[in-house]
Amino acid sequence: MSTTEILFWFLSALALVSATMVLISKNPVHSILWLIIVFFAISGHYILLNAQFLAIVNLIVYAGAIMVLFLFVVMLMNLNSDSEPQKNNRFKIAGAISGGCLMLIMIDVIRDAGEVQNAKALVKEGNIGLIKNLGMVLFKDYVIPFEISSVLFLAAMVGAVVIGKRN
Amino acid sequence: MNEVPLTHILFVSTALFFIGMYGLFTRKNLITMLMSIELLLNSVNINFVAFNKYLFPDKLDGVFFTIFIITIAAAEAAVAIAIIINLYRSHKSIDVEDATELKF
Repeated sequence: MSTTEILFWFLSALALVSATMVLISKNPVHSILWLIIVFFAISGHYILLNAQFLAIVNLIVYAGAIMVLFLFVVMLMNLNSDSEPQKNNRFKIAGAISGGCLMLIMIDVIRDAGEVQNAKALVKEGNIGLIKNLGMVLFKDYVIPFEISSVLFLAAMVGAVVIGKRN
Repeated sequence: MNEVPLTHILFVSTALFFIGMYGLFTRKNLITMLMSIELLLNSVNINFVAFNKYLFPDKLDGVFFTIFIITIAAAEAAVAIAIIINLYRSHKSIDVEDATELKF
């Protein structure tokens, strides 16, 4: 068992356990902290897949910005486990059955897919994931989606301010 | 990563996706529902990067899809949290069952 494999299994177990804890913990602050651990594990997966820039962006944007926003809101509203709405048992069973059935189907489909069985990643060679090559492609082939996303951000910013304003 | 087959990564992302989906089905708190959506988006991101690196190692399209998904997730979280704050101000609760004005 090589180091990569051990790291992969460790990160996968960490991601799945923390994702389960996000749903199990009653206190919203605790579930946000578990979610940050999920994001760290996913960033580790990106580094294993040789996408270093993506790992850093994931950490900065998700764990750094979005989760801080969530924490602020949760603390602003003074939520704790007492104010957590009681879950209906019926919904839990329905969610488990439908989610579980779909997951079984997906796993079976993945196991039977021939194209992905023998695929090998070429991560040791090549520097295509480095930021220089990424920037070259981003500002040549993807320049229109890049500009459109800036307009989207402007719209989201204006929308958030207008919606959140006290009238 | 040469030793880990692609299917293993797909299993991990599938499991993450359905953990998020279960959360979306069962939680009634708007903020935890939003966190479940973030889980779903992240599992999709893993899929994009894994497919890119395993099947088309000389291209970068999957990585850019992931970057744009992260961008849109940030915008979506900001707007959704503004809506949640507004809802909390008028209803004094963030339970989805209490927001029934648009029903019927």
